[in-house]
Amino acid sequence: MHKLLKDSPGEKIMLLGNEAIARGAVEAGVAFATTYPGTPSSEVSLNLFQMSRESDLYFEYSTNEKVSLEVAAAAANSGLRTFCMMKHVGLNVAADPLMTLAYIGVTAGMVILTADDPAMFSSQNEQDNRYYAKFGHFPMFEPSSVAEAKDMIKEAFELSETLKQPVILRTTTRINHSNAFVTFGDIKERKTNGRFERDPMRCVTVPAVARELHVKLLERMDKAAEMSESSEFNFVTGQGVWGVVANGVSYHYALDAVKDLGIESKVKILRPGFSNPMPKNKIKDFLAGCEKVLVIEEGEPFMEEAVKAFAQEAGLVIPIQGKTDALFTPLGEFHPAMVRENIATFFGIDYTPAPKIDTSDVPEIANRPPNLCSGCSHRATFYAIKKAAQGMDVIHPSDIGCYTLGFMPPLSIGDFVICMGGSVSTSCGFSKATDQKVVSVVGDSTFFHSGITGLVNAVFNRHNFTLVILENGITAMTGHQPHPGVDMELMGMSGYGRVDIENLVKALGVEHVSVIKPFKVKNSIETLKEAMAFDGVSVVISKEPCILWAKSIKLKKPRAFEVTDKCKDHKDCINGIACPSFYIEEGRVKIDADTCVGCALCAQICPENAIRPLKK
Amino acid sequence: MKPLRMIIVAVGGQGNLLASKVLGEAALIEGVEVRMSEIHGMAQRGGVVESSIIFGDASSSIISDGEADILLGFEPAETLRAIGRCSANTKVITNTATLPPFTVGIGKGTYPEVDEIKRVLKEKTAGLVAIDAMALARKAGSPMSVNIVLLGALIQTGALGFSKENVKEAIKRRIKPALVEMNLNAFDLGFEAAAAGTV
Repeated sequence: MHKLLKDSPGEKIMLLGNEAIARGAVEAGVAFATTYPGTPSSEVSLNLFQMSRESDLYFEYSTNEKVSLEVAAAAANSGLRTFCMMKHVGLNVAADPLMTLAYIGVTAGMVILTADDPAMFSSQNEQDNRYYAKFGHFPMFEPSSVAEAKDMIKEAFELSETLKQPVILRTTTRINHSNAFVTFGDIKERKTNGRFERDPMRCVTVPAVARELHVKLLERMDKAAEMSESSEFNFVTGQGVWGVVANGVSYHYALDAVKDLGIESKVKILRPGFSNPMPKNKIKDFLAGCEKVLVIEEGEPFMEEAVKAFAQEAGLVIPIQGKTDALFTPLGEFHPAMVRENIATFFGIDYTPAPKIDTSDVPEIANRPPNLCSGCSHRATFYAIKKAAQGMDVIHPSDIGCYTLGFMPPLSIGDFVICMGGSVSTSCGFSKATDQKVVSVVGDSTFFHSGITGLVNAVFNRHNFTLVILENGITAMTGHQPHPGVDMELMGMSGYGRVDIENLVKALGVEHVSVIKPFKVKNSIETLKEAMAFDGVSVVISKEPCILWAKSIKLKKPRAFEVTDKCKDHKDCINGIACPSFYIEEGRVKIDADTCVGCALCAQICPENAIRPLKK
Repeated sequence: MKPLRMIIVAVGGQGNLLASKVLGEAALIEGVEVRMSEIHGMAQRGGVVESSIIFGDASSSIISDGEADILLGFEPAETLRAIGRCSANTKVITNTATLPPFTVGIGKGTYPEVDEIKRVLKEKTAGLVAIDAMALARKAGSPMSVNIVLLGALIQTGALGFSKENVKEAIKRRIKPALVEMNLNAFDLGFEAAAAGTV
């Protein structure tokens, strides 16, 4: 049995934040869960996916976040407790249904997880999604710890069901990817069979209806504001005339800092955990007893602006600061020493940080950037694209996935990356705005997510570029989740359909469509050249399974290659493809037999034919 | 317990996260509070994986530069790269078996001599234990047990204050039954080597 399905209240177990969130949803009786995977949220959905295979919980990997939220909205309006989870930028994709779902509301509890990523450990921006709660009028919870994340999601379902309004659970990477001990609670019974009761005056948002719904939405949020005042997630610890307002992980850094600085008797800390609507009166009361107040929050000054506004209403003129040049930055993530130093600065405490180690004479160490894996099919495709486009003035729009790493030398495929699906639509723009050749790349999962509409646009507007779809048969980057083109039989699962990319692209009206096997290097280069010579939109589908995935399902058995004596040290292999299995020993290129999988890409580009399968 | 802050650095695939989980389990057995944070976004793509583990009475789950009490490095250059996490009071335990980044292979950077790495670590911190954990892991039966060899070395130093027995119990609870025997052996080899490996 899945460890998160165990009916063992009171059991203490170490869980990843994302596991705790999944468990919390199960304890809350969640019956319906949807997602598009994205770090740092991916393990929440992975665990729910696994649990759905051995329970009556419905789970789906949807095509993208917008689809995911719409699927979830229907379930939550059919009386099922519903959980929709995504990373922060995913909520941008889902923003259209989000903003109007607020008007309609739900008939059963619905929680939307946004997993924000301050410092961008694996994201293209560090937007602060707390503003979505304010923007769209959603109650919002923000946990400070792994254990609290589990408690909060349960409470979020209750609140949602009471208000008939979806609730946002907003986490940051340091909650999602922290481990701590969590105590299991009771599992509420799941109600899995829903029924939709027609209610057009609530559910059909024509203008006349929506105007009424907007009024009701504001009434619901007034009620939420009252509940925020008395929520146990909005609490004050300590006492004194120095005030700190801190949310999320910053709350814990502040607790440690106050202890480390020995100012426990002077500081009180307000922790807003039910942070939209903010508990206005509770904050005003808090401020009334303070000489000065420091607001500690990663990201934007979301709380700071509210706290300052409340102070103005209360006629208070005490100093309230947070984001200033001398204190906190909106950039990146915070850490304990930063919070300790800023608390000391703001309240005028004598504090000398411990002396730092002098690292000026530490020898230089080569960087270890992430790289495409040994045997990654993208490397072969990129090499072929580069050879086919040799001598051309070419732009390579790229997209979000493992293959984004192709922008690094020596492959250097990737000139413009903004968001999921952006490769296709930006190709449209580049091809019209310039005379340069445009050859773009997109992964299969990303193509389904939001590349298709761009390609329809290209066919209609007669754009001129070559799109290479990297069909590796899985959503690789986030840890091998299914997408609509995946053969689910390979996962040992039945009952799924499958969308064939080649048929789809042809049906969209693309006139020049070809398929390559990227490890057949010469053929791939020739096919790419033909596609690039076509005047109009051409699509090349590069078909080869992700090697990590293929190995994990035993589709491929690695067989290492070696560099033989025939090597004349051209180093075309290292300089051309930079596979991580290469290393130099005494000036000679070698292949690490432990990591080489035998893709034979290097063997095909060696001018001396010096790279051969390792003799056993 | 007074807070004790430990950083583990490794290259993706070296089993850093499992080692952290074993120590978390050991903390439960020891009755010590523990919080851990990990960064593993691109780990499978050959990048660096870092775990922060905070034992005892603190609330935070990450560690600022210069504030680690223990640095456990699974790869010597990565141990050295993490020296900014240490103070003059930090105890350092490192593997000496190298995994040069591919950037070295393509001539985009240099890899320091291991002796130089050891010298710098020893000079700037409160003590260094350096062992060839890869050789010991192979001896134990699998290169995959590098992580547990290094846990053995860590426990031998006494820096953590956990008993050998409790960590072995945690290994039994956290590692697949078929691999427990080999990993217990790896733990012992690391433990013994650390006694001789202090430089």
